[in-house]
This record gives sequence, structure tokens and C-alpha cells, in this order.
Amino acid sequence: MTPEMLSLSNSPGLFVGIMLLKLLVVFSVTMLIVAYATWCERKVIGHMQTRLGPMRTGWHGLLQPIADGLKLFFKEDIIPTEATRVPFLLAPMMILVPALITVAVIPFGPDLKLGGFLIPQQITDLNVGVLYILAFAGLGIYGIVLAGWSSNSKYSLLGGVRASAQMISYELSAGLTIIAVFMLSETLSLREIVALQQQDLWGVCSFVPNWYVFTQPLAFGLFVITGLAEINRTPFDMPEAESELVSGFCTEYSSMKYALFFMAEYANMIVIAAITATLFLGGWSAPFNIAILTMIPGFVWLLLKIFALMFFFMWLRATFPRVRYDQLMRMGWKVLLPLALANVVITGLVVVILQ
Amino acid sequence: MEILFFYLVALVAVVSGFLVIRCQSPVNSALGLVNTFFCLAIFYVMLHAPFMAAIQVMVYAGAIMVLILFVIMLLNLGTEARKSYLHGIVWSGLASLAVLFNVIYFIKRGRVTGAEGDITDFTVQSVGHVELIGKTMFTEFLLPFEIASILLLVAIVGAVVLAKKEV
Repeated sequence: MTPEMLSLSNSPGLFVGIMLLKLLVVFSVTMLIVAYATWCERKVIGHMQTRLGPMRTGWHGLLQPIADGLKLFFKEDIIPTEATRVPFLLAPMMILVPALITVAVIPFGPDLKLGGFLIPQQITDLNVGVLYILAFAGLGIYGIVLAGWSSNSKYSLLGGVRASAQMISYELSAGLTIIAVFMLSETLSLREIVALQQQDLWGVCSFVPNWYVFTQPLAFGLFVITGLAEINRTPFDMPEAESELVSGFCTEYSSMKYALFFMAEYANMIVIAAITATLFLGGWSAPFNIAILTMIPGFVWLLLKIFALMFFFMWLRATFPRVRYDQLMRMGWKVLLPLALANVVITGLVVVILQ
Repeated sequence: MEILFFYLVALVAVVSGFLVIRCQSPVNSALGLVNTFFCLAIFYVMLHAPFMAAIQVMVYAGAIMVLILFVIMLLNLGTEARKSYLHGIVWSGLASLAVLFNVIYFIKRGRVTGAEGDITDFTVQSVGHVELIGKTMFTEFLLPFEIASILLLVAIVGAVVLAKKEV
């Protein structure tokens, strides 16, 4: 008997149980990475600037995220009297939730066999997975825009206006670069995209897997740049821009609401790293087809790739100055968008010629 | 179970639709509209059209509404446009009543014959939803698709001409 894919129809109890377990594990791992990404970032940037970073709480400051969390938790929660209350309260949630929801479609391993059922190591496999990610990335803008508008402060408002213009411009290029990937994969399901990347490179070299970064290097570069702009990381953190806008859209926030913005920034970083790893770097598959490497479970590879990309993002933050707003717009519309379009056209031509 | 969920989402959709027209601040209205769009996307998912749902959220909730919010924020529209225009309410109310009767009439008019078309649940499952839409759009409905693209091109050129002082 061939094992069947576990679903709600063939074994409801087991399905619900396993689904809850998966949700719990993925959520807690993500939140743990979020907490320690803040520590990592301070350490990495500290050492890059020949400082030590946090050292006092715990061994090499390892307890710093917990101390920071407690501090923010016990701070007074201030709502400005002139603020528009409902959007002001909603905004921090509206920025964190889309980031966490996106993790649901990231596959983190091959199917497991359990009692005659196949259990996918992924919360849910949508056949429009890539579009789902783009859709929720688009919704993430509202948190920032609303926070900026409802605070009733000019710095916040400027941050919000900048965020909406920036994210709309870069979302377009991000979408177009992803199109080039699924022109090759001919599927929108992330599970199948990972499976396709495990084949031999261009069908000839069996040692190296067919990661899309080899076939689509331009798309990879464009996606990393637009991804950074989408999540407002340096060098594209115009909505925050502490040298000119105090703290941008979250100037008026305090206590746990401020902490939510902070968590959302790192959650977004994890999501962008996970999507980049899944679309271009083979997701959970091992880098070479050697038995000793493929024996390591998939989630280890995925986490390693995510950490490598996050380290790269931190490195960029320590290296690059912030771009000016007009430079940002010019780059988005006059460099990235034409490159992304050209990439789609060239990919289309090559696919047609090779068929 | 599913029908209960439908009623819940429908309630949210109707309430947020109502908020769109009743909110005094334009930003709150825009948020209500976003919520309505999101509820519509949930309906698409319940109708087994996930592609439509994703596009709905991406294009309407994710792009168009953000632009509308951007404009509202940029112009800083306050709550001053609060004067009531009675004739506007009367005419628009009459028009919407007419449309409502029209819709009810069309729904009640026909009878379900039970005839099956080409695209059944089975074809959607085996071929795939996105593949089916793509195939029909680029073969059967190629001309409308191209006309729409030319229309968009004209709109882009028009926007550039309007925005630029010296063309």
C-alpha cells in the first residue's frame, strides 16, 4: 500500500493534531530567531565597528533580548492625545501578522512517513504559494502607513508616506523577478519549486543541484535588493531614517507596541531570507549531492541558509550608508524595474528556444 | 460548518462596507474598503478559486488601496467634507435600489438545469486552477486581454503627459 497524503478527509484527528504541532513548532522557532536576531545584529555590527556589543547581561550578553523584552514590557504605554486611537492600536499588529502568516507556506523538509500517511513538512502547500507570499507582503505596508498617519506627528507622517511610496515601487520589481523563477519552474507551489531544484544542474551535472541562483543570478540579486527595500532594512530604511525623521513611523510608540514593530522588522527579515532560500537556494535541500550532506535533516539546511542570508543583511547594514530618497526612487523605477523586465523577456526567449 | 463561516465573513464584509460610506475620516473609510476586499478574497477561496483570491489581495488590497491611502495622507484630507447633500443621497439610494432589484431578478429568474460544462471539479484538481486560467486567457480571450493591455498603456502615457510640465 502506497502511503497517502494526510488530509482532513482521511484522518481528521491525526491531521488536526499534527497541524497544531506544526503551527506551534514553526511559530516558536520563528519567535526564538526573532529574539536572538536582535542580539546577533548588535554583536555583529559591534564587532564590525571594533566594539564589543552587549556584554553585561549573561555570557557575552546572551540574556540581552530577554532583558530588553522585560524592560519594554514594563514601560508605560503612552497613546498621544491627538492620535487616532483605533488605527494607532491596530498598526503594530497589522505589521507583525502578515510577516508571521507568510511563514506558513515555507517547506522545511521532505515528506515524513507516519502510520501509512505522508506528512508534508510544511504548514500548508498552496498551489498559489508564491502569489500568497506577494499578497501578504503587500498587506504589510498598512501597518507602517497607519502607524505613520494615526500618530498625528509630522515625523511619523513623513515616514508613513515614504513607506507607502517605497514599498509600492519595489513590490513591482520583486513580483517581476519572481515571475522569472516560475517561468522556469512552471508551478507556483513552493514545495514543487524546491523539488525541482533538487534535480541535476541543467540536467547534466549530477554533483551540483539545479538551484535557481545558477540559472537566474540576476533575479537573485534583484530579489535580495527589492526584498531589503520591501522590509525597510538599511540601506533602504527611509521610513525610519533616524538622522532626519527621529524614528520615522514609530516615533510616537512606546512599550510593547514599539516592541511589536521591532519584532516585525526581524520577522520580516526571516521571511525574506526564507523566501530567498526557498526560491533561489534550493530550500531545505543540501548543497551537494553527497550522502553525508543529504543525511542531515532538511530544516537544518533551511535554517543555515536563513542565518547566512540574515548575516548578509546585517553585514550590509554595517557597510552601506542610507540612500537618499530621490536616489531610492530613481533606482527602483529606472534601474531595478527595467532589469527585472529584461530578465523576464530573456528568460522567456531562452525557455522557448530550448523547448 | 462552511455555511457558518460564510455568514461570519459575510457579516464582516457587510459591516465594513457600511463603514466605508459612514466613516467620517477618509482614512478609516479606506481601511473599511481594504477589509471588504479581504473578505471578498476569502469568498474566492471558499469558491475554490485561490488564484483569484491572491490576485484580489495583491492588486486591490495591496496596491490600489495603498495608493489611495497615499493620496489621502499626502493631501491630508480632514473631516471637513461633512456637509450632507440630500439630493445626492436620494438619487444614489434610488439607483442602488434599482441595481439590487436587478440582481435579485436575475438570480431568481433562471432555473438550475444540472448540465455540466467542460470544467468540472475533477479538471480543476488535475490540471490546476492557474493553468486553466492561463490557458483560456492566452488562447480564447487573447483579444480582450490585448485590448486591456493597450488601454493600460494609454493610461500610463496619459498619466505621464499630465504629470510632466514639459513633454
